[in-house]
Amino acid sequence: MIGHTSVAVGGLYGEKASGPTVDFSYVGIDAILEQMRRKAMKQGFELNIMVVGQSGLGKSTLMNTLFKSKVSRKSVLATSQEKIPKTIEIKSISHDIEEKGVRMKLTVIDTPGFGDQINNENCWQPIMKFINDQYEAYLQEEININRKKRIPDSRVHCCIYFIPPTGHCLRPLDVEFMRRLSKVVNIVPVIAKADTLTLEERDFFKKKIREELRANGIDVYPQKEFDEDAEDRMINEKIREMIPFAVVGSDQEYQVNGRRLLGRKTKWGTIEVENIAHCEFAYLRDLLIRTHMQNIKDITSSIHYEMYRVRRLNENNTVVAHANGIPEHHLAAHEM
Amino acid sequence: MRFTEMEVLTGEGARAVPLAGHVGFDSMPDQLVNKSVNHGFCFNILCVGETGLGKSTLMDTLFNTKFEGEPTQHNQPGVTLKSNTYELQESNVRLKLTVVNTVGFGDQINKEDSYKSIVEFIDAQFEAYLQEELKIKRTLHSYHDTRIHACLYFIAPTGHSLKSLDLVTMKKLDSKVNIIPIIAKSDAISKSELAKFKIKITSELVSNGVQIYQFPTDDESVAEINSTMNSHLPFAVVGSTEEVKIGNKMVKARQYPWGTVQVENENHCDFVKLREMLIRVNMEDLREQTHTRHYELYRRCKLEEMGFKDTDPDSKPFSLQETYEAKRNEFMGELQKKEEEMRQMFVQRVKEKEAELKEAEKELHEKFDRLKKLHQDEKKKLEEKKKSLDDELNTFKQKKTAAELLQNQAQQAGGSTTLKRDKERKK
Repeated sequence: MIGHTSVAVGGLYGEKASGPTVDFSYVGIDAILEQMRRKAMKQGFELNIMVVGQSGLGKSTLMNTLFKSKVSRKSVLATSQEKIPKTIEIKSISHDIEEKGVRMKLTVIDTPGFGDQINNENCWQPIMKFINDQYEAYLQEEININRKKRIPDSRVHCCIYFIPPTGHCLRPLDVEFMRRLSKVVNIVPVIAKADTLTLEERDFFKKKIREELRANGIDVYPQKEFDEDAEDRMINEKIREMIPFAVVGSDQEYQVNGRRLLGRKTKWGTIEVENIAHCEFAYLRDLLIRTHMQNIKDITSSIHYEMYRVRRLNENNTVVAHANGIPEHHLAAHEM
Repeated sequence: MRFTEMEVLTGEGARAVPLAGHVGFDSMPDQLVNKSVNHGFCFNILCVGETGLGKSTLMDTLFNTKFEGEPTQHNQPGVTLKSNTYELQESNVRLKLTVVNTVGFGDQINKEDSYKSIVEFIDAQFEAYLQEELKIKRTLHSYHDTRIHACLYFIAPTGHSLKSLDLVTMKKLDSKVNIIPIIAKSDAISKSELAKFKIKITSELVSNGVQIYQFPTDDESVAEINSTMNSHLPFAVVGSTEEVKIGNKMVKARQYPWGTVQVENENHCDFVKLREMLIRVNMEDLREQTHTRHYELYRRCKLEEMGFKDTDPDSKPFSLQETYEAKRNEFMGELQKKEEEMRQMFVQRVKEKEAELKEAEKELHEKFDRLKKLHQDEKKKLEEKKKSLDDELNTFKQKKTAAELLQNQAQQAGGSTTLKRDKERKK
């Protein structure tokens, strides 16, 4: 129960706050924050992350590292010999994880086979179809007459795109994929296996990548146009100057300086995954999980999904409209 | 392309995995709350009750502020709803509070239709939200939600039972809004009468099947207090914005010659309970119930009324869009048919009128011909007559000249002979 404050909260309609022993000007409106928190804890959260990249870039390991548990598909299905599939497959696996009373249903969507063929033309298509299918499923449920209290959210909130650490520039496949998918989903590009790059190489690579993204008009998360206010813009600009994050993943712990840390042990040293001097994993984790998770979900639902919905609902109408010569802006006003 | 789902993407079937360290998503509730704080909240209360039961004063007392202008008159012809929106702020929480008052409720001689304007108002708010939700380009996250989250029903402190107007109105409203009944101006009732009154009210509500809002008891942190409060319904409240000095404190109270009723004293009235339940504990639940229960019910009924229906499991799912298209085409078809009908009728009418006019024209022509002929006949007759008259005249003239000539001759020959001849002739 919210305790009464001993100092009176002032200023409803300019009333003067009374002396310290009287608190009758406290209404208790701010108790709604606690109520919301309670409700959120009870309901739990959902998060759907998709990982895209060629095989061997450490996608599964990174997922396991991010969520500090065996959440990737490989860890769940113990196939000793993972064959590279002949076509792209989309495989998703869900987990219920809980931390300090907060429950989350995490779904990791894997895309084995992406970029592994000799001819990779249109390899983004099955992925785009999957993403649109999730939007479609949500839309169908939303327009039902008898619909569920909580529409199950299987929409892809975030797509982590793994860039191989060539050190030079983006490959045409990378550009094509990101260009198309940034229009329908939040893309977070990362430089995979960044322990093969020196710091200078890494900075050069990142700058090159940012330039190429800009040159191709690719808007990755956090998108400039969705910054809500000056504060947002400030925080997001800092992030935009650092992406893509150069990450190293590991689910093995090693003893370093008396502490057990996640890392990769090599003959020339141990790379500490969560040490920001070594790699930028911590920034990625903070962005995705600790600070921007809600924002990622909001952009998915209020922008990407809405765009899909508008497109979908207009599909039938444009045919009729053009036949009738009705200009499009009339439709929105007269619809329903 | 093969799409395989390893696990069903629903709540059931997902594995529970333990975490080997601190991941950090326990900040999610904070992230969610922060977003809501930036966005602001809105809460809409509807106050239903007869004029003079202290609705405005209670709102002022609840929210610690002076809301409105003058009290309303008693001579309203019908029930109207007046809504006012206020921006309140407490610490970092911004609340857009809308208070809707029923003006003139219970003042009419015939109160049969009193509830109607209230139901219409509530439905109108649902309708507005539904319209926004169904739009193609919609902005739901910045939409100002005007749906009524709580309805405070003010019961007059008679001490006996509910009035039939109360029962009828609450019955009409219970499926549309969260009803919280309160006994207004409860300082008019003594404690023992109050207990009996509450029991009577509760039993009448139950026996008439009126569903009032129950404070939720499913969350353990609030289950206990909510269930206790549920047993205190309806709350007996007293409102006052005037302060009276009690001891060394200034408290909100009503001062009588025989004593002072302190608003925030739980022994005196249930105001604190109401504030606790309405604002501090269950505001969010009230909003949620409105959205997931009352609004969904309205939406379902409205869409079914409009002729949409959901799928049956084996047939292909109807999309709202397709159904709408079908309906629209049907409607256009009907419109076209009607238009065609009207056009045909018009053509018909025109033809008929034309025929009529032609008839008339023909008749006129005939008449004209007849008249002309008549005229000609007349003319001919006249001419003939004229001719005969002329002839007569000529004959007469001739005779006259002949006679005159003879006369002259006779005069020249000898006057008497003529006379004689005349005499002879005259014989």
